[in-house]
Amino acid sequence: MHIPDGYLSPQTCLAMWGVMLPIWAKAANKVKQTLRVEQVPLLSMGAAFSFIIMMFNVPIPDGTTGHAVGGTLLAIILGPWAAVIGISVALIMQALLFGDGGVLAIGANCFNIGVALPFVGYYVYKLISGNALAGSTRQVVAAGVAAYIAINVAGLLTGLELGLQPLLFKAADGTPLYNPYSLYQALPAMALAHFTIAGMVEAIVTASVFMCLHKTEPGLLALYSTSSLSKGGS
Amino acid sequence: MKHNYAKLWWGLGLLILFTPLGLLAGGTAWGEWSPEDLSAMTGYTPSGMETWASFWKHTFMPDYAFPGMEGSFLASAFGYILSAVLGLALIYVTMTILGKWVAKNELTNK
Repeated sequence: MHIPDGYLSPQTCLAMWGVMLPIWAKAANKVKQTLRVEQVPLLSMGAAFSFIIMMFNVPIPDGTTGHAVGGTLLAIILGPWAAVIGISVALIMQALLFGDGGVLAIGANCFNIGVALPFVGYYVYKLISGNALAGSTRQVVAAGVAAYIAINVAGLLTGLELGLQPLLFKAADGTPLYNPYSLYQALPAMALAHFTIAGMVEAIVTASVFMCLHKTEPGLLALYSTSSLSKGGS
Repeated sequence: MKHNYAKLWWGLGLLILFTPLGLLAGGTAWGEWSPEDLSAMTGYTPSGMETWASFWKHTFMPDYAFPGMEGSFLASAFGYILSAVLGLALIYVTMTILGKWVAKNELTNK
């Protein structure tokens, strides 16, 4: 899901940076209001957790690979805006130091994996878990299902951005300038990877870490949901 | 309420030790092929891709491998673990600095 440089046109990259800059500003602002100083180490660990979990590549039936992200878990614990910051930092490190995802493509990757994923995950979790008791089966299932749906949305957005390239950007001779695969190829490929393996892995990782945390650090899971901040404003 | 989250640190450490499992999945993620691999599949390299693919030349450990340590599985595993530790350290420091900045702002706001 980490789009490398060269797959998206510079125009697309620029547009996605343009989308991300105000989101990062808003996230910083939100986090300023919601995150207490003593919770900063927790966000740091969350970002590192996401970075590490993304290293666990799993095979996809079509011969490619995929991986979990852990972003829904971050959003449940620390809120979606803090998750935006945490996942973005992890993605930027991956791009700058490890060549995982492009640098021009940071805007696109941060939007797909660092914004769409935690927000979808957070709201689906809230919708399904409702007022369920802490640590109840319903809460655990909600976390897993939310994580599954969220990573699929992120995957499809990635497929959409990639698949639009040959439609929009062609050389004079009609050959694609950037990613050559059409929407009809990119969307099914991303869907296959995330409907099947990567989505399941994300769901299992999220639900099982959620359960572990409920046993070892139960306060964590109620951190954001019980803070007045999750209720106030947009 | 002071909390050191010791158990979480142990959890992260354990995860790092297991990261080499991620190396076992052969192949590349869809749409993340190098221009060379892509041209082997499609027969050409899109010209725009050629221009932009290596825009960034400062990756420190490309593909989470320690330079010169890609030979055996053991060597790659070591590089992979090293990458995870380095990533964790850098992310932690960056986030802490970002957090400090937030904390300072909080004080001046009051």
